[in-house]
Amino acid sequence: MATTPARDLMEVRSSDDVVRVRQQVRARAVEVGLSLVDQTKIVTAASELARNMLDYGGGGVATIEMVTDGHRRGLRLTFEDQGPGIADVQLALKDGYTSGSGLGLGLGGAKRLCNEFTIDSAPGRGTRIVCARWM
Amino acid sequence: MDRIPILKLGSALLVTIQVDMHDRLATALQEDLTEKIVATHAKGVLIDISALEIVDSFIGRMLDHIAAISRMLDAETVVVGMRPAVAITLVELGLSLTGVKTALDVERGMEMIRRRLDEPEVADGDDAGA
Repeated sequence: MATTPARDLMEVRSSDDVVRVRQQVRARAVEVGLSLVDQTKIVTAASELARNMLDYGGGGVATIEMVTDGHRRGLRLTFEDQGPGIADVQLALKDGYTSGSGLGLGLGGAKRLCNEFTIDSAPGRGTRIVCARWM
Repeated sequence: MDRIPILKLGSALLVTIQVDMHDRLATALQEDLTEKIVATHAKGVLIDISALEIVDSFIGRMLDHIAAISRMLDAETVVVGMRPAVAITLVELGLSLTGVKTALDVERGMEMIRRRLDEPEVADGDDAGA
């Protein structure tokens, strides 16, 4: 899979940063040519994941990339934090599970909104989540 | 700090959410709205989200909370103007806002609130007509 040069790196340290990530993901989703529903899905997923990173990972970095795979175009988002990590990823993906005060829909919900979704995390190692939406 | 304006519309309050919500704005809105419900004796709260491009679990939770709090103050909340793409995304996210009433636009939302006012007192607590 080749990556086109368009790539945004954004720090997420506050609630306002979550808003900025959302706006940039929207702009890139439009640029890639995602349908309105797909744009809405990936922007919503980005909002959940950026907020999770802020609330549970102590903030981190969001990367937005416009990607191609053959003649398919898409958007790939990476969220990386140096927080406490997730001990049980399968449990964290279950609807209703939360270690904080949220609804516990963030991770599982975000996964359903993406075509590709991977979590790399372990206690003390931080968390890296990649999510992609294709045309 | 920014505040979201709350307009009085007959016996209801109208809130139009046009900006990207963040925590402080959501908290301020909850506080302003509850004070205004009590001050104006409003029987309904209309929240127009037609300008919102997304509703995530944070905003969904805020809408749920506003509806629950308003209910305790004897006002009914109706969320109006949800975009189709937002509805599709919310259901996939797993958030179907079961505690919140919805209408397609402000006019229909007002109609829902008016109907509630017309109901006889004895129907209170029995949501059969809703």
